[in-house]
Amino acid sequence: MNEYLLDVRNLKTYFPVKGGLLRRIIGHVHAVEDVSFRLKEKQVFALVGESGCGKSTTGKSILRLIDPTAGQVIFDGQDITQLSQEEVRKKRRDMQFIFQNPYASLNPRMNVWQLLSEPLKAHFSLSESELRDRVESMLDKIGFTKDQLQRYPHQFSGGQKQRISIARALITQPRFVVADEPVSALDVSIQAQILNLLVQLQQEMSLSMVFISHDLNVVRFISSQVAVMYLGSIMEMGATKQIYAHPRHPYSKALLGAVPSLDPAKKKKRKALGGEVPNPANPPTGCPFHPRCDRASELCRQQKPLLTQQGDRALACYHPLDN
Amino acid sequence: MSDKKTYVDRRLPTGDSLLKQLWQDPLGRAGFLGILFILLLALFAPIIARYDVAQINSKARLAAPSGTYWFGTDNFGRDIFSRIVYGAQVSLLVGVVSVSIAAGIGYLFGLAAGFFEGKVESTIMMLMDIIFAFPSILLALLIVAVLGTSIVNTMIAIGIVNIPVFARTVRASVKAVKGTDYIANARSVGLKNSVILFRHITPNSLAPFTVQATLALSSAILTEATMSFLGLGIQPPNPSWGSMLSEARTYMEMAPWMVVFPALFIIFTILSFNILGDALRDALDPKLKL
Amino acid sequence: MGHLLEISNLKISTPRGKNLVPLLDKVSLNVPKGQCLGIVGESGCGKSITATSLLQQLPYPLRVTEGTTAFDSFQHGKVDLLTLPSKKMRNIRGREIAMIFQEPMTSLDPIFTIQQQMFEALQFHFPRMSHKEMLDKCLSMLVKVNIPRPEQTLSSYPHQLSGGQLQRIMIAIALMNDPRLLIADEPTTALDVTIQMQILDLMNELKESNDAAVLMITHDLGVIAETSQHVAVFYAGHIVEEAPVMELFHHPQHPYTKGLLKSISSLSGDSNLLYAIPGIVPPGGSWDAHCRFAARCEYASEKCLKDVPALTEVASGHLCRCFLHRQEVEA
Repeated sequence: MNEYLLDVRNLKTYFPVKGGLLRRIIGHVHAVEDVSFRLKEKQVFALVGESGCGKSTTGKSILRLIDPTAGQVIFDGQDITQLSQEEVRKKRRDMQFIFQNPYASLNPRMNVWQLLSEPLKAHFSLSESELRDRVESMLDKIGFTKDQLQRYPHQFSGGQKQRISIARALITQPRFVVADEPVSALDVSIQAQILNLLVQLQQEMSLSMVFISHDLNVVRFISSQVAVMYLGSIMEMGATKQIYAHPRHPYSKALLGAVPSLDPAKKKKRKALGGEVPNPANPPTGCPFHPRCDRASELCRQQKPLLTQQGDRALACYHPLDN
Repeated sequence: MSDKKTYVDRRLPTGDSLLKQLWQDPLGRAGFLGILFILLLALFAPIIARYDVAQINSKARLAAPSGTYWFGTDNFGRDIFSRIVYGAQVSLLVGVVSVSIAAGIGYLFGLAAGFFEGKVESTIMMLMDIIFAFPSILLALLIVAVLGTSIVNTMIAIGIVNIPVFARTVRASVKAVKGTDYIANARSVGLKNSVILFRHITPNSLAPFTVQATLALSSAILTEATMSFLGLGIQPPNPSWGSMLSEARTYMEMAPWMVVFPALFIIFTILSFNILGDALRDALDPKLKL
Repeated sequence: MGHLLEISNLKISTPRGKNLVPLLDKVSLNVPKGQCLGIVGESGCGKSITATSLLQQLPYPLRVTEGTTAFDSFQHGKVDLLTLPSKKMRNIRGREIAMIFQEPMTSLDPIFTIQQQMFEALQFHFPRMSHKEMLDKCLSMLVKVNIPRPEQTLSSYPHQLSGGQLQRIMIAIALMNDPRLLIADEPTTALDVTIQMQILDLMNELKESNDAAVLMITHDLGVIAETSQHVAVFYAGHIVEEAPVMELFHHPQHPYTKGLLKSISSLSGDSNLLYAIPGIVPPGGSWDAHCRFAARCEYASEKCLKDVPALTEVASGHLCRCFLHRQEVEA
């Protein structure tokens, strides 16, 4: 039994950019640039960052929904980047994906019964009664009743649709799930319900989860480990509590500082982070964050810092903030 | 943000059968009944027709509509009503068979092009473009000129001519559906390609295809009428609304009923198919109109 | 002191079959000069349509079925925005009242440059302005919104710029004609959090320097805390609570507001489970003649299922629509 259920090593996913008259490949977008992290059983690991940081692409690359350009993804001792399409398809029983947009990720022509029984039919040979049992028990877990089995997605609210999505992903009892912004498209008063459901199911079913989000508050609640990503690379990685309490990478600090507080008396007196997220097709030299960093030195401009263990966390920075 | 309210109710799959949904829409009902009417005429032609369609009756030439000859007679003394009724058979048969050929082949081409993309797509679409480049009537006439005039060849000709439009429609739909989250979801759940193709992509790409089919039916009927009008479709003495119109040309002033009835039936049939097509599109579209 | 804008008893409905179904009702608000009024609520609560109705831009088939407004216009005096004839409305839109929207990436026409679009906004209201005057004005506005290379930006097309830059340009266009009221509908929802902070800071600064009033519409209570002086909480087409911002966050009275704040703050708590308001928001058109929050409320009593509570004053300047409190303010 491996210590780590998931071991991602030097993952790179590049997208070709075509241009010119003959539509030749003129460059690449480095969506995921040398990402490595590990996940234990029953652990929730978060990937956090803003748009263009590569967190979604990383999540999809791990499950081979997008094929990575290089690197290894070792799931339960087996490198899944080396498997054929058909072998990957079979592995999906154990590795599932929860999508962000509940309005688009359910086939509008299938009712709840069909949506929930389909994954089971694809991976197992079950009798009618076994099928029914498993679907009904999953329904129960998400708080639905049997009469809702015949209904179609558009007849449900956003939160309910997301519950159906989650049920569809978990019904094969996977060991590992990638949840890509599962509550971002939902109303605030519903987010808490769905997050509670995810936590509950994660514990009941002993799931390991990679949780992708741009919402720092949600990440703090749900994960025990977090990696802060920027322009395709990990800037800081470690225990969520430590990183939130004492961020040491200038970007992590700026990111955490930008979250509006819920107390108008504590309005932000700090300076906002200037500049824009650079274009991933044309990344800066050296450290991707250096153009916006007030601690940047010549070294930062010339050579990209590697992610190295520095005390209780991993950092990719030559001038991290002190503890 | 989430749940952008649409404020407009549209029909959505509620588990009701398609027929029921169509029936509830007044346009759908009208189109459906119209086609049913023509269908019944065609099916029960042997019973409904009052005279032999080929029987020449020189004494009753160019008779106006009356109790004996409901729609009057033509220049050969043939009963127009009976010819109309048998003509319905021809129109529907040619329409249905040719569109089936076109839709069947076009669907497969479009599915392959949209799903596999790359070289497969470019080859198929190039072939489609070649066929598409010809004006449809001209191409149909060309095919019939080569194969010879007969009812079967007419159906083949009209079929071939209509393949590209189906291929294009299906390819566009397939591409649109392929990019959706629920197809990405189907892949992530671990479904086989065949299941994804036939269970997920196909039903969601059907709406435009079905509308196209009903429109193609009406256009096929019109094409057949045109071909017969030009003498290259259904050959006499087999009755076809188009050839009846052609024969009526010389006698238009003397016996207007020779023109009126075939024209009326052509218009009625085409209109019914078009209305049904619209209603079908509404009934099949599961999304709320945003 | 007069308010810049007073809204009384606004009701917006939509036809459904043969009936008129309300999507928003009994909304009364005052926007004071030079201050920011925050409107917060979730989807379907009616906050967006409140704003668009003020500019007579409600999407068909919605319409205003009740209510009046009083806007202090310097061109036309005190006017009712809802019934203003279109010619006068056009003078006000873009000049005295400006609006910015959620999606900066699609708020501008992709086939025209920024300069062309900024000029367009100026030309309608100031037809006699010379090319040089307009150019100067545009450049100075871009500098004001902290665009680093104004000349280059002017000659760019929207797709060449980022979301943050585009939203700044939208703010620049909105403020260019010195409006008295800026309506911002979810202005930072589509932006990253670090960019959001820049934009909110900018809006706060400009509000001061332009002495403009702001109507900030959002679902994010954090944004409200950062920008608003006064807040109205919308739920299912009603205002359920209204108070000065400190008062609302420190002493929320309505169970919905309380629930929301509790939910969000439980994210930073240590418990394994979040506080979640059970149930779902009742969709428009299915509201019964009783408190619309009752089905989800932990304090609900019999009375709550029989009548709609009125908005009552529970503390100075603090209104709440709940049977847990007395003192009628409105019938």
